[in-house]
Amino acid sequence: MDISVFSKLIVPAIIVFVCIYGLVKKCDVWNAFLDGAVSGVKILYKILPSLVALLTAVYMLRASGALDLLSHLLSPVTGFLGIPAECLSLGILRPFSGSAALALGTDVIKEFGPDSEIGRIAAVMLGSAETTFYTIAVYFGALKLNKTRYAIPAALIADLAGYVGSVIAVKLFF
Amino acid sequence: MMGKLWVCMLVLSFFCAILFGKTSELSSSVLGGAEASVELCISISGLILLWSGVMEIMKKSGLMDKIAKIITPVIGFLFPKAKKDKQIMADISANVSANLLGLGNAATPPGIRAAEGLHRLSGKNSASDDMCMLVVINTASLQLIPTTIGAIRASCGASVPFDIIPAIWVASIISLVAGVFSAKLMARFYRR
Repeated sequence: MDISVFSKLIVPAIIVFVCIYGLVKKCDVWNAFLDGAVSGVKILYKILPSLVALLTAVYMLRASGALDLLSHLLSPVTGFLGIPAECLSLGILRPFSGSAALALGTDVIKEFGPDSEIGRIAAVMLGSAETTFYTIAVYFGALKLNKTRYAIPAALIADLAGYVGSVIAVKLFF
Repeated sequence: MMGKLWVCMLVLSFFCAILFGKTSELSSSVLGGAEASVELCISISGLILLWSGVMEIMKKSGLMDKIAKIITPVIGFLFPKAKKDKQIMADISANVSANLLGLGNAATPPGIRAAEGLHRLSGKNSASDDMCMLVVINTASLQLIPTTIGAIRASCGASVPFDIIPAIWVASIISLVAGVFSAKLMARFYRR
């Protein structure tokens, strides 16, 4: 199947399929949807404050030239891995803060255009990594474990591989 | 942690602006950033609400349980010690399938329950191999439909916002395989 047809149809197809499945299973599709949408409002309510704080900081970093400085300092490393310099600060921020990475990523996507190569790499990097340190803090914090052993290095290796993979995947598909 | 990171960003940009003579750009960026964050939130809100609603139908109709059942055999391979414990396996499956569907909030409670079960199984104060694997899988974030990214691309005017899905899958799988592989490898070298 043509990949663009697939990408265009996957979201509506899932929505239609889930709704039909729900009807067949005699689930109250309408009220389930409304309940779920309310939880979506809660998500937005929760992310807006941190987004305001972090997007302001990201705009300040960019306007002050600090981001250019950082990208310039790290360009040898990224050049070696094939990661565009513009996406590098995104990769550094991603394991620490999801909303900061989201803010910075949106900025990159807006500046270079969502259909540009850099814009796509930024989007794929955002989509293929997690807030590693947050996740580790939640899981080990809940258990009060003091020895994390190799959980952090293994998770960071996964993140780094994901970044390099993002570049490869974008070059492969577009 | 977040507070420190935020303050570092602010301080760094303040001094860089003075150093590079970009003070007027800095002051306008404060207004622009605050405004852009609200704009971003509004522009992605429609898709996030829609998706949350569809996911709730998936949960209530039992479709999510079905997906969890399908992925259980794969999970058994990754967690050799916990394979026999049905409760732990159910929790891990619920955690992984919620992650696959992009329900971060729904993934955490079963994830923590699974971690507690694994902790009980090992009975030690340090992380067991299975527990490290659980964390690695959770940080690799394999997600079928990355809604937030799609919403952001749509708000920036992408021609087909979700055309990056295959690329995200490939990158996520590379990340997941690298994580699983290095976890399995490091398990041999780290003291318990």
